[in-house]
Amino acid sequence: MTAVADRPPAPEAPLTTTPAAKEPVRRTGLLLAAIAGAWVVGWALFQGVATLPLGRAALTGFQRSLNDLRDAFDAARNSNFVLDVVFGGIRDGLDAFVSAARGLLSQPAFPRPVPEIGWLGVLAIFAWLTYALAGLRSTVLVVLSTLSFALLGYWSDSIDLLIVTFTAVFFCLLIGIPLGIAMARSKAVTTVVTPVLDVMQTMPSFSYLLPLVLLFSIGASAAVVATLIYALPPVVRITAHGLRSVSPATIEATRSMGSTRGQLLRTVQLPMARRTIIVGINQTIMAALSMATIAALVDGPGLGQPVVEALQSLNIGNAFVAGLAIVITAIMLDRTTTAASERAEKERRAGRNAPQHRRLVLGATAVLALAAVYLSRTYLWAADPERLPDLGGPLADATSSATDWITDTFFGATNGIRDAATYGLLNPLQSLLADSPWWLVAAVLLATAYVLGGWRPALISAVCLGVILGVGLWQDSMVTLTMTLVATALVMILAVLFGVWMGRSRRADTALRPLLDAGQTIPPFVYLVPALALFGPTRFTAIVAAILYAGPAAIKLVADGIRGVSPTTVEAATAAGSSTLQVITKVQLPMARAALVLAANQGLLYVLSMVVIGGLVGGGALGYTVVSGFAQAQLYGKGLAAGIAIVALGIMLDRITQHAAARQGRR
Amino acid sequence: MTLTPERMDEVSARIARLDEARRTPLLHVESLWKVFGPKADRIIGTPDAELSRRELMARTGCVVAVKDVSFDVAPGEVFVVMGLSGSGKSTLVRCLTRLIEPTAGTVVVAGQDITSASDAQLRDLRRKHVAMVFQHFGLLPHRRVIDNVAYGLEIRGDAKAARRQRAQEMVDLVGLAGNENSYPDQLSGGMQQRVGLARALAVDPSVLLFDEPFSALDPLIRRDMQNEVIRLHHEVGKTMVFITHDLAEALKLGDRILIMRDGEMVQVGRPDEVVGAPADDYVRDFVSDVPRSHVLTLRWVMRDPQPEDSLDGPVMGPDVVVKAAAHKVLAAAHPVRVVLGDQLLGVVDREDVLRVIVAEESV
Repeated sequence: MTAVADRPPAPEAPLTTTPAAKEPVRRTGLLLAAIAGAWVVGWALFQGVATLPLGRAALTGFQRSLNDLRDAFDAARNSNFVLDVVFGGIRDGLDAFVSAARGLLSQPAFPRPVPEIGWLGVLAIFAWLTYALAGLRSTVLVVLSTLSFALLGYWSDSIDLLIVTFTAVFFCLLIGIPLGIAMARSKAVTTVVTPVLDVMQTMPSFSYLLPLVLLFSIGASAAVVATLIYALPPVVRITAHGLRSVSPATIEATRSMGSTRGQLLRTVQLPMARRTIIVGINQTIMAALSMATIAALVDGPGLGQPVVEALQSLNIGNAFVAGLAIVITAIMLDRTTTAASERAEKERRAGRNAPQHRRLVLGATAVLALAAVYLSRTYLWAADPERLPDLGGPLADATSSATDWITDTFFGATNGIRDAATYGLLNPLQSLLADSPWWLVAAVLLATAYVLGGWRPALISAVCLGVILGVGLWQDSMVTLTMTLVATALVMILAVLFGVWMGRSRRADTALRPLLDAGQTIPPFVYLVPALALFGPTRFTAIVAAILYAGPAAIKLVADGIRGVSPTTVEAATAAGSSTLQVITKVQLPMARAALVLAANQGLLYVLSMVVIGGLVGGGALGYTVVSGFAQAQLYGKGLAAGIAIVALGIMLDRITQHAAARQGRR
Repeated sequence: MTLTPERMDEVSARIARLDEARRTPLLHVESLWKVFGPKADRIIGTPDAELSRRELMARTGCVVAVKDVSFDVAPGEVFVVMGLSGSGKSTLVRCLTRLIEPTAGTVVVAGQDITSASDAQLRDLRRKHVAMVFQHFGLLPHRRVIDNVAYGLEIRGDAKAARRQRAQEMVDLVGLAGNENSYPDQLSGGMQQRVGLARALAVDPSVLLFDEPFSALDPLIRRDMQNEVIRLHHEVGKTMVFITHDLAEALKLGDRILIMRDGEMVQVGRPDEVVGAPADDYVRDFVSDVPRSHVLTLRWVMRDPQPEDSLDGPVMGPDVVVKAAAHKVLAAAHPVRVVLGDQLLGVVDREDVLRVIVAEESV
């Protein structure tokens, strides 16, 4: 998932005031309470009836037909024109490209026992590129980060991850920037592309993977394509947004001088949108990184693989070290691209004398880098990262024993938290959702959708619930929905507490925001590690990881909403003698409710995508089904069905909250 | 400005010259309409067109921004369009180069019909003949001052050396020498608008359009910039169409003023005509705060000579502003004779002048 900027903007609030604004809110509350009451009564009467369970190894007809479909694809892979030439061509091209890059940088290139370019050469090339694009400080960061990959013992996995990430990013930019330009210039393109992007961004990352296996089989190409699809929306959206937000006064002035559309684009829109577009590229790189780690599930090369292995064997130490390498990669890429964009700006301002001097420095450093490459091709010490001291092993051991100590020492506390949440929240809600008859739950969900958002989200929800029924995973979906709702509720509590604090206090904002920003750049996979370390493989672990993952985005949205409340209104309320609590509850939170609903919307989507990834660490339900679809051939169809159910859940939750947000905005 | 006889004649001669030149106008606008809304083009010519703005909005959902406007601008004339916000003046000026597509009517610039021009012709017109200065400057923030000024030359394909030289001349002309390598955001608002002005002048257009160019500036800087426009007009003599909501600015700059309300023309005339003979109560109300002695000319206060009037007083032209003439009239022993060429138009004595000045204070 990516940060918030690339979401479609919340509908703007028109300036009409409804006199009876308060009444509908109260009525909505009453209606929701009535629905809940009817639900509990229905649950008490019909508990255990028509819950549509499905055993772990059991398959429905639909799921079996998906297996058959996979077999048909496999059989036709070499004979069918589209599969063989089109997708086969893409697959072979990508595979060839990735393995060439790996042979160059990360894997033994036969007959050499090491890659063409050893670690010292790669390090030097990275350093030189960073110096040329982003400056000295970033270069230091990149050198230290790259060195740490070798020291942690994950050199080739780290470089593989970068290869997959940047291969996908390359195609994202190749497709995304022209598409963004087209969107900015044509309403028709916008109308066609926007809903596609919406769906792409609503789809949890987990559900992309199995369908791609149909077309690309498993391996590097499937990983690149999954990453490409996942990382494409930000750059398209932000490019279009950047071009559209060029000041209309400037555009009009340019038009008044007789510029053609091409001149307008080249001399005005693109230069003025450049910084925004670079932000989009940054987001695309971060999204690509997070998907490239998850793509380990389809055998994509990279750091995701050791994490998955370690998670599945509950080896906290190894998971921690590999996860640390991912975090380092994320920080390195984020900081470097940000610095590159700032540098571009500064350089433009600096005037004319700089380039001459710079060219000299770049030339000299390039010679050094080439020398390093030569060394790394000639001497084994400069080629083989395993000759460097190993910090990864001791670190993994230390982490394991530290985790053991923590779990032993705080056994009571962690278990207490887990049990309280499990028995207090999770189990009752799960019982309501999963043990009630399906028709009762469906009716409750549709009624809620109608009350919150109107007939449109209700209609969409009906379709989504129909899909979930159709793929035969009703009860698993309800369990996943339970986890999603519980985690989102906890996220929202955190978001309101921290958001209000940050929105009211500059100091809190300055202190917390960098942490939250950093939290948002970390690929979701990594959050499973600490959650697993503390709470073991349970449903609650997935929930904790989801809270860690979704929290930053939701907190920032609420904080921005609170900050956005007009200071005059707050001042007026204070002048009228309101207490701080009254200002918060009667002025700031109600006025920020659109932001709250938006935070809930984002929270739900982030949580859902993480909860299903939690299937790797005992989260069960749909996530587990997807994972087992990767692991066992006969469960492929079921996994694919679970992916479809996840998408249906995501679209339903997204539409309900989007429409509710739009309503809030209108009030 | 001292009141030399040459100066007096110059003013009158300019008025006569512009009146004559208007027969072959540089800019000719006829029955121009702009209606925003669904099926806007179907409204003109129907009885709906006669409705007031509000009624039309209620009936058809359309808004008339410019309603049947016609005027001519002579070469070298400064033509001011004045109105409150929402009066359609900014829409009107954009229709002149089709930045906004007019719904109906004709615009002719230097003999070329703009309304039927092709895209290429229109671009050519914008590149060479008509330049515009905007309220919010519309500068390119990523280009230095000199490159902003050269922009119009660049997009029409002038050679680099030529356009740099021309841009530098324009930068010097508007008084920005030494700032050519700054970026727009390093300049004050007034200086940014000088860049806008230089950019418009750089292409050597025959018509300059100003859309409320000084509204975003502080009052003192606004006055400087108005004087700058007057100076530039003296130096380069361009035809100007100047949009403003500020009556004082209109009276100060305009050879003639078009007053608009709700998209319609209310009055067109010289500043003294607008103040001296308001077309209706709206204009009268508008100009009621104007110090009349600053605008009205002797033409407006003179009377026919009576037999008892002595005709030995000093001679003045009819287009001298009352305020400028007051000192001389009050000091003279005999009534001042108002003369154009050899013809005696009338006389002005102390009482006539005092009436204007005192009446002002009682308003």
